[in-house]
Amino acid sequence: MNAPLLKVNNLVKHFPIKGGIFGRVSEKVHAVDGVSFELDAGETLGVVGESGCGKSTTGRCILRLIEPTSGEVWFDGKNVTNLGKTELRAMARDMQIIFQDPYASLNPRMTVGSIIGEALTIHKLTHSAREYEDRIVELLETVGLNADHMRRYPHEFSGGQRQRIGIARALAVTPKLIVCDEAVSALDVSIQAQVINLLEDLQEKFNLTYLFIAHDLSVVEHISQRVAVMYLGRIVEIASSHDLYTNPLHPYTEALLSAVPIPDPTMKRKRIMLQGDVPSPIKPPSGCHFHTRCPIAQKPLCNTESPTLKHSSDGHWVACHLRG
Amino acid sequence: MAGLIPASVIASAGPDSTLPVRARHVSPAREAWRRFCRHKMAVVSLIILLSMVLLVVVGPLLWKVAINDIDFSARLKGPSWAHPFGTDDLGQDIFARMLYGGRISLAVGLAAMMMAILVGVTVGAIAGVSRGAVDAALMWLTDLFLSLPQLPLLLLLIYLFRDTLKTAFGPEVGVFIMIVLVIGGFRWMPVARLVRAQFFSLREKEYVEAARALGASTFRQVVRHILPNTLGPVIVAGTIDVAAAIIAESTLSFLGLGFPPDIPTWGRLLFDSKDFLDIASYWAMFPGTAIFLTVLTINFIGDGLRDALDPRKVM
Repeated sequence: MNAPLLKVNNLVKHFPIKGGIFGRVSEKVHAVDGVSFELDAGETLGVVGESGCGKSTTGRCILRLIEPTSGEVWFDGKNVTNLGKTELRAMARDMQIIFQDPYASLNPRMTVGSIIGEALTIHKLTHSAREYEDRIVELLETVGLNADHMRRYPHEFSGGQRQRIGIARALAVTPKLIVCDEAVSALDVSIQAQVINLLEDLQEKFNLTYLFIAHDLSVVEHISQRVAVMYLGRIVEIASSHDLYTNPLHPYTEALLSAVPIPDPTMKRKRIMLQGDVPSPIKPPSGCHFHTRCPIAQKPLCNTESPTLKHSSDGHWVACHLRG
Repeated sequence: MAGLIPASVIASAGPDSTLPVRARHVSPAREAWRRFCRHKMAVVSLIILLSMVLLVVVGPLLWKVAINDIDFSARLKGPSWAHPFGTDDLGQDIFARMLYGGRISLAVGLAAMMMAILVGVTVGAIAGVSRGAVDAALMWLTDLFLSLPQLPLLLLLIYLFRDTLKTAFGPEVGVFIMIVLVIGGFRWMPVARLVRAQFFSLREKEYVEAARALGASTFRQVVRHILPNTLGPVIVAGTIDVAAAIIAESTLSFLGLGFPPDIPTWGRLLFDSKDFLDIASYWAMFPGTAIFLTVLTINFIGDGLRDALDPRKVM
């Protein structure tokens, strides 16, 4: 078995909240609270969870767009977390990100050609103007746009096309890993399908590895080999896509899956309704973060000890005292 | 906006599509010019301003009446063929004086604006990028400048440095440099605040984050991604500054701190005329109209420029 391409070890990100006259740190938002996982080359790991559970922060910490508070990220045998500025910039050739909002993620004052070509200039990947243009045209065509689009500005495109431009920009450096941060969430369902198919084609063509962050469970099921479920900054369950969807172990995963709409009005099933709201990540509950809303929580255990990820069956890990 | 593109473009955009490759290349400058030309008021303003500039540059070569030609027999005469803009209380030709003074007024306005923008953008950008202690220090400096009583300080500065600059660069250039420095030095603060605020909002945008993810240096992020997007408000602030600088120069001249009294800038002419408003209103009207037209046209040009440089605006 080869070493994994990406290995995240106990990643923590706390955002300080400054208060008082002297700007001292009074409280912290526990955005990511000890996340660990591995990702093999060519694999797609889906990360799902509610808004504010730390999915995006995890993705950005891996690229160090946000500096993690503690923990380690190993990429291709290198410890990303203690790379210097220059090394980190070089690292950008291997790790890229696709953003959620195709309207905010493209500079409105740059042409599509210069947006895609920027990485080529930064990393000096092309050596002549001719080569530079050819590469941009090639990238545009790879993502299903054409050479003609090069001189246009982002606002002249539809949401789906803009997302394709964002993908072309990420592909310009021929990365190994792409973090798709809610890459299709802002698109229409029909366009979502197109973009997902494009992502799958590209994965096959360039042997890409995806960390696919989303909140749409059916999208994640479709594209991922494995899925991690996050709740309040922690991974509560991680399993192969099929396993997780047919045999969820964690009570939160069960509740989440029962909320997925089934396009068949005659189908009846039990909806698990969770009580209350997600607790504030400023003061996460003691013990298991989920115990305040968990239908099966047992008092002295669940609210004092926080569960670790336990191996339950082949490749299926769950963080629950009572299941698994 | 995005809805203008028909959905079929996606369908036809496959790799096998045979659309012409690299069709009609329009350079960004040409495109900006085309868009500027769509802005009627801006074009009219540009023509007026350019003809005013042309007039003050070549006018004195054609209208060969000396600016200090005193003729008591022609005191306070209204506009005529001999004196198109009339004469002042010493019988000096106002048209000749305005042509000469316009050079100085326009140059002071533009130079002071450039200086204010340059200092403001630099301070604002550094503060916006660095945040933390540097930002706090620069904003203290900005607040300090904003809270200074400007007029007494102007007096002090001018008394301290006028003679040094005069001996170094000659009376006219020396005073010009001083006035530009003084006016520019007191007008950069709003620009700095504006730019800093824009930086704070823009640096969190996803396209800046994307540039960072691509490995762009901080300098590149600022120059390519953040600064171009702060352009609109800065241009508008700049056009307002030109107007303010021309007026500030008038104020200084009035206080006897600007150019020497024998150099007739537009502001100076205006203030000289104030005692004769009832008997020679034309004397105030011509320089007043000139200042008004300059300020107005520059504002319209600024509007046009801002729209022309913003590719999101459909023109």
